[in-house]
Amino acid sequence: MSGSGTLLATGTGLTELFSHAFMVDALLAGVPIAALAGLVGYFMVLRSQIFTGDALSHAAFTGALGALAFGIDARLGLFTVTLAVAAGLGLLGNHGRADDVVIGTVFAWVLGLGVLALSVYASSYHATSNGAAGVTVLFGSIFGISSTQATLAAAIAFVLIGLMLGIARPLLFASLDQAIAAARGVPVRGLGVVFLLIVGATAAEATQAVGALLLLGLLAAPAGAAQRLTTRPYVGMTLAAALSMLAMVTGLLTSYLIPKVPPSFAILAVATLIYAATFLRRINYPSTGTNTAPSEQVDRPDRSHSGVPG
Amino acid sequence: MDSPDDTVIELHDAAVRLGDRTLWSGVDVDVRSGEFVAVLGPNGVGKSTLVKVILGLLPLSAGSIRVLGGAPGSMNQQIGYLPQRRSFDPQLRIRGTDVVRLGLDGDRWGIPLPGGRRVSPRARAAATRVEEVIDLVDAAAYAGRPVGRLSGGEQQRLLIAQALASEPRLLLLDEPLDSLDLPNQSAVAALIARICEREGVTVLMVAHDVNPILSYLDRVVYIASGGAAVGTPAQVITGPTLTRLYDNPIEVLTTSDGRLVVVGQPEAPAHHADRHAP
Amino acid sequence: MTHVMSVASAGSLQPQPSWNLLEDVRQAFMYPFMVNAFRAGAIVAVLAGLIGWFMVLRRQTFAGHTLAIVGYPGAAGAVLVGISATYGLFAFASIAALVIGLVPNTGGRGYSEESAVTGTVQAFALACGFLFVTLYGGFLSGANALLFGSFLGITSDQVIALLLVALAAAAVLAVIARPLLFASIDPDVARARGVPVRGLSIGFLVLLGVAAAEVSQITGTLLVFALLVVPAATAQTWTTRPVLSVLLTVLIGVSVTWISLLVAYYSPYPIGFFLTTFAFAAYLISVGWRRLHTEERRAPLSVRA
Repeated sequence: MSGSGTLLATGTGLTELFSHAFMVDALLAGVPIAALAGLVGYFMVLRSQIFTGDALSHAAFTGALGALAFGIDARLGLFTVTLAVAAGLGLLGNHGRADDVVIGTVFAWVLGLGVLALSVYASSYHATSNGAAGVTVLFGSIFGISSTQATLAAAIAFVLIGLMLGIARPLLFASLDQAIAAARGVPVRGLGVVFLLIVGATAAEATQAVGALLLLGLLAAPAGAAQRLTTRPYVGMTLAAALSMLAMVTGLLTSYLIPKVPPSFAILAVATLIYAATFLRRINYPSTGTNTAPSEQVDRPDRSHSGVPG
Repeated sequence: MDSPDDTVIELHDAAVRLGDRTLWSGVDVDVRSGEFVAVLGPNGVGKSTLVKVILGLLPLSAGSIRVLGGAPGSMNQQIGYLPQRRSFDPQLRIRGTDVVRLGLDGDRWGIPLPGGRRVSPRARAAATRVEEVIDLVDAAAYAGRPVGRLSGGEQQRLLIAQALASEPRLLLLDEPLDSLDLPNQSAVAALIARICEREGVTVLMVAHDVNPILSYLDRVVYIASGGAAVGTPAQVITGPTLTRLYDNPIEVLTTSDGRLVVVGQPEAPAHHADRHAP
Repeated sequence: MTHVMSVASAGSLQPQPSWNLLEDVRQAFMYPFMVNAFRAGAIVAVLAGLIGWFMVLRRQTFAGHTLAIVGYPGAAGAVLVGISATYGLFAFASIAALVIGLVPNTGGRGYSEESAVTGTVQAFALACGFLFVTLYGGFLSGANALLFGSFLGITSDQVIALLLVALAAAAVLAVIARPLLFASIDPDVARARGVPVRGLSIGFLVLLGVAAAEVSQITGTLLVFALLVVPAATAQTWTTRPVLSVLLTVLIGVSVTWISLLVAYYSPYPIGFFLTTFAFAAYLISVGWRRLHTEERRAPLSVRA
């Protein structure tokens, strides 16, 4: 049943795959989450907020373990903490973006709290009943997800995707042309906060699939690849989601066929490979100060004998 | 084109105070439909602040203002705005065409339907308008390339196209020629003048050097020393007028090729409040 | 995960603090590993402070965090292959530094591509670490120490090794400090004056990788931030004069590390938590203090000509 290469060759192999509930549940949860992560990740790369995503994944870790340490459902802590932290970041920063150093400092502490929660949890009586919960939070265990959990995760993912599609256009405008969008009535700050909340929720969702430590890869790699492949924003968004789903499905299949390979590793490996592949085609970025066509020079007009100064 | 009773921007006895400092006061400006007006003055005097007031982003501390017949900020859908020193990250992987498109409907929720062009006439009209306005600014050759890779002048043209996409009645440009070299300055200035005339758009442009646009200007708003002088260039950019404005002896000279030089202007104060104003 | 990273679970009795500082320190120092821990902690804090100061200046905190994390699979892989974890740690961190420095052709300003690469590298590195650990089976507790930090069982040899690496790194830093400062603050002008900005960038990233690997041996790879970023960020809120700022960074770093070590000795909780908490507290207090006091000082200046 596992690791046998001949299963791939036969048609019955695939139907057999779907007869396993754990596989169906994993796909049910994983695919929408992957699509969400790709879509959200596209905007994160555009807005240079990948680091914020890193911070939110730490918050996810702390939230989940904190909940476990207190004996409540990990998902409760997961969502609460990520959303709270996302809101905090959005409100603290200018137009919904905070300074790197500040983010890093706060999140070092949040992760420190997570470490505390882990150690409290590990030595508490809860640990004896479910000792592997720490690993699950860190690295995911999508094959262990139950049907109800999977359905809920999928439902939440769909809602979030819908929300993202709703704000996609004004968010794009606000990300590219902040001042102009603001003048045109786009609620730039509000959108920034809402977006971060969605990122927080996505981090919480993705933790269930690939774990808190790895979800950054699902946010960054498909989006990075998509941006290298196209310059049309709506195509890019779709591509990011598609590549993410591809990584998820391929990763899950690989892990199913080779059980020694943990699913979260497989998923991330595929995502990374896809991103790496896009580097084969060189994109010539103009370096700073020379983003000019050969016929034009970008330099300050000579003012020594110009007209009305000021 | 010129309907005198169609006033686009009306300021009466306007004043702006930032903190405990009065930027300018007693400003009276009437910009009529179809005019090409420049806002001039030394650095830090509050030219960008005037633009923000017109957009409704900053309130007046005194006086009144009406923009396109309504309160500032309420008619922004009909204003094309180009903020100061806009330059895209060189690594940005988004097409020029898409940046221009955002000027048309970027503030609407949701996303455009894929393949919408084939389905809905509205989507077709939008795509046509984008092409039209890109042609208008002569950017068709490079609009399909990622904006980050374009030169300053090319990016500027696309941003003007973006501002024009929604067929605004008023174009607000904040130092658009600032980072361009001389040939580009005159080309873009000519472009703006052409747009002003052909499309019937009112243009209000903040500039620190009047020379590239001098021959196209209808009127000038010259802000200095807490006040403003409004009139045609011939009226405003003269020794007597500027001397009165600055309360200091100023001379305006004309070079052999028709450029204006202002001599004797006192050093501008060191704070640049209008750059950092919210 | 069936471990707790402290003295308590090591089988010995939970040491009780006497709440007399000198007595507590004396008691802790009865154990040679604690003395070593303090030495190692000081070395690591100094190195982290020096390099972290530049890292904060250059806004490369994300890269620093990632380079530390990348050490995790290096160490795990090394153990899997049968060599000392430390070699793997340093090797992977250095390689990752080169990758981050070389691959995205950013030219200094471009942020979006570099962050996507860094995020991917970080996640993939952790994923590999996880893979190695699951393949190896029972290594998990050691892996946790690597992720979250531990100061147990630091031998004198390890202290000497740390010292040598730190001295080498500090020497390199001393040589490149001035051009690096120039290149960090004003890359275009520096380039024009002949400073090898790109080379320095890459060199600095490698140095950062080495420092991160070193620091992670005490704080764990996940919490390297606590010593790289926070003391430097705190010091920079007090002063912008370079020499003073660096000295203050080192002072804060060493103090926080020693206090955390002492508290962690007497507590069943991991050192990583105390380190981040105390460092963050120092940061908050500094920022708060400065904010209050600059408000007062601003008022008289509002009268302008």
